[in-house]
Amino acid sequence: MSSSHSYPHEPTGVETRKLGMWVFLSTEILFFGTLITTFMIFKGSDFPGMKLTDVYDIPFTSISSFILLMSSLTMVLAHNALEANDQEKTRVWLLATAMLGAVFLAGQIYEFTEFYHKGFELTTNIFSSSFYVLTGFHGLHVFIGVVLLLALWGIGQRQKGLTLEGGMNLEFVALYWHFVDIVWIVLFTIVYLI
Amino acid sequence: MTKIIEPSKQSSIFRRPSSETGIWSWITTVDHKRIGIMYGYAAFFFLLIGGLEALILRIQLSQPDNNFLTAAEYNAMFTMHGTTMIFLAIMPISAAFFNYLLPLQIGARDVAFPRLNALSFWIFIFGGAFLYSTFIFGTAGAPEGGYLAEEVGWLGSAPNGGWFGYQPNAGMKYSPGTAMDYWAIGLQILGIASLISAFNFITTIINMRTEGMRFMRMPVFTWMTFAVSFLLAFSLPIIAIALFYVTFDRKFGTTFFLTEGGGDPILWQHLFWLFGHPEVYILILPAFGIVSEVLPTFSRKPLFGYAAIVFAGFGIAFIGFGVWAHHMFASAISPVAQAGFGLSTMVIAVPTGVKIFNWLGTIWGGKLKLNTPMLFSLGFIGMFVIGGLSGVTHSIVPADTQQTDTYYVVAHFHYVLFGGALFGIFSGLYYWFPKVWGKMYNESLGKIHFWLMMIGFNLTFGPMHWLGLQGQVRRTWVYAEETNLQFWNIVVTVGAFIIALSIIVFMINWIFSKRNGEIAPFDPWDARTLEWTIPSPTPVWNFSTAPIVKSLDDFWHTKYSEDEDGRAVKRKEADQILLELEEDGLNPSEHIALPNPSYFPIVLASGLPFLGYAVIYKSIPLALIGTVLLLIGAFGWGTEPLEEEIHLDSDE
Repeated sequence: MSSSHSYPHEPTGVETRKLGMWVFLSTEILFFGTLITTFMIFKGSDFPGMKLTDVYDIPFTSISSFILLMSSLTMVLAHNALEANDQEKTRVWLLATAMLGAVFLAGQIYEFTEFYHKGFELTTNIFSSSFYVLTGFHGLHVFIGVVLLLALWGIGQRQKGLTLEGGMNLEFVALYWHFVDIVWIVLFTIVYLI
Repeated sequence: MTKIIEPSKQSSIFRRPSSETGIWSWITTVDHKRIGIMYGYAAFFFLLIGGLEALILRIQLSQPDNNFLTAAEYNAMFTMHGTTMIFLAIMPISAAFFNYLLPLQIGARDVAFPRLNALSFWIFIFGGAFLYSTFIFGTAGAPEGGYLAEEVGWLGSAPNGGWFGYQPNAGMKYSPGTAMDYWAIGLQILGIASLISAFNFITTIINMRTEGMRFMRMPVFTWMTFAVSFLLAFSLPIIAIALFYVTFDRKFGTTFFLTEGGGDPILWQHLFWLFGHPEVYILILPAFGIVSEVLPTFSRKPLFGYAAIVFAGFGIAFIGFGVWAHHMFASAISPVAQAGFGLSTMVIAVPTGVKIFNWLGTIWGGKLKLNTPMLFSLGFIGMFVIGGLSGVTHSIVPADTQQTDTYYVVAHFHYVLFGGALFGIFSGLYYWFPKVWGKMYNESLGKIHFWLMMIGFNLTFGPMHWLGLQGQVRRTWVYAEETNLQFWNIVVTVGAFIIALSIIVFMINWIFSKRNGEIAPFDPWDARTLEWTIPSPTPVWNFSTAPIVKSLDDFWHTKYSEDEDGRAVKRKEADQILLELEEDGLNPSEHIALPNPSYFPIVLASGLPFLGYAVIYKSIPLALIGTVLLLIGAFGWGTEPLEEEIHLDSDE
């Protein structure tokens, strides 16, 4: 039994879980901010050995970045479908988002392996160390996002289907997913392009 | 009045916990009050251990050229003393207050995310246990050719690179063994706990306030909780990343902080103090909040300059992010940076001074009641001013260069963190004792505790000022007889034991008053905030009906009106109102749905130490165990609804 009529919550009008996610993302900015700052400091320093420019493949990484960006689009489509209460479409778009994320991750693993074979290893120099820790930390976030999306898809298989309220809902995961995508845009620019 | 618990109908991975008493009810609880109490006891336990370590240090320093401890053991003891007191004692005791009081002060039934709250508590417990397991599993060696190269007993097998973990001293080369890994990963785990509680409290304060509880009507303690939560949320990520780097340096051969590989040891100092200075305010702001509640209550006056105190608190929190390099004046930072950080350090004294004067303004002309909480709050103001002033002397760079790494600095930060934070905490422990247990503490024992602690504290840390100015260096296990430092060192050691005695008095008072104390009257202090409008000990459901707040200090205005001269006059119906409040508080008129207990927070939290051990020993099986526990916890959590078929009713 709910006592919500006598116990008003959410004086801000923002759903509590969503607000919690926003607060969480604001600390994530500092996580990535610290990593990026350190990366920039070491990038500008004088280090021996290989640079990223010796090993990277810009067209490849651009394509995988594009794939990750497209996953934000499918995430929005999933949200729209749920707003229209179209459970089946929601599940399809959720699965598509998770798959796109997984393809991006596979691309990152392939890329890391390539770099290793070319001699650009974790301990090669201070630059390679900060490169792997920074992009690896982002990769971990994408991985967690994929797990969340698949979990959501699994919940959607149940009879009740998905809703926009309660529990681990779609909006909650979507916020996280978009954030991880945006961070990648920043990382791709700073790490690969500049 | 009885409570009816209907059995759970839906089964999850485990059967839903349903016991109301006994150890399982505590392990599975998501009630903010119980979590707060557990935080309090766990933190006090660590406070005793940290205190024991301090006594061991003081025994060693009571004589010149003493050999009670070896150098290696001394290093381990001061490292663990600092780490324990900061991360395992003061921070979690503050978390205990936040947990217990925050929902009550804003008129809520619980925090925004009750299970997340339990999770952060269990992560803290497992993090503390993980850090202390270094005494069993950890090894600390000595660098080759170093003068610490001697047999290291179990006492020395703890982290030994200081709570600040300066690189490269705390790196693999100069601190071999696994002890510093325990430190780095232990702090990482404890950081997760604090981060989670920070999200929780921020969300709770923004979104769980009861009707009419506008921001500018919130009690100052709630405001300070808000400020501390922001400090935690924005400073812990920085140290988390820095600790990642340390772990990579130590375990995987990177060189982030090691010059031989192009790394930068000063970067560690920047990252550490960029967290470490806000951390100082994380430790002290809760005490500011407590004192701001106690002083008006026992002066029987409203808090002087409520808005000023609130904004000064946030001013301190904000400027606190811009002063970190004053910890690094002796490191290679440029003169411009030294001047800048010296200035910002002077600036942060301004909002702090605003608070001090507001507290003095609150006491001024009040009818003071000198109960134990009030004594501790007054002691807090005095001691904190001394510590604050010696802190400002550090902003003068040339003077600071003289004082760096001497006992003057040790004296300064103990005046702030012991004379400040801990005095505030004791004030709060006595003040809210009747609220939590429904009993009164023993006033005479409380006063004996206060005076013993006041004397012991000043004997311990006062002489450190002059010891430091005479040149006794910190973090060093012996001093030579010719330095003539012996007299004051003995005084300091005696003082430390007097503090220990005062803590014993406190414990006796606590245990006996909790068991045999007088039953606390409703609203024993004639207080001003919402937590005193409900019965003590607080019912499980907090408020029977959501309170509606009409002004700042609403409860006070219900009891008092003003005469023509602006003096407080007790309303005729005040006693009747209190009786009704007590009656209503015990008998909720409607069904109250409370969040259900859950096993999953503790399951999820138990995975983290395994992951920690997995990194230290590079063990795949341990990593798998940790991951499986995390997955079971997360999956169970995700599939278990927060509230289900259980109601807590009153049968009428």
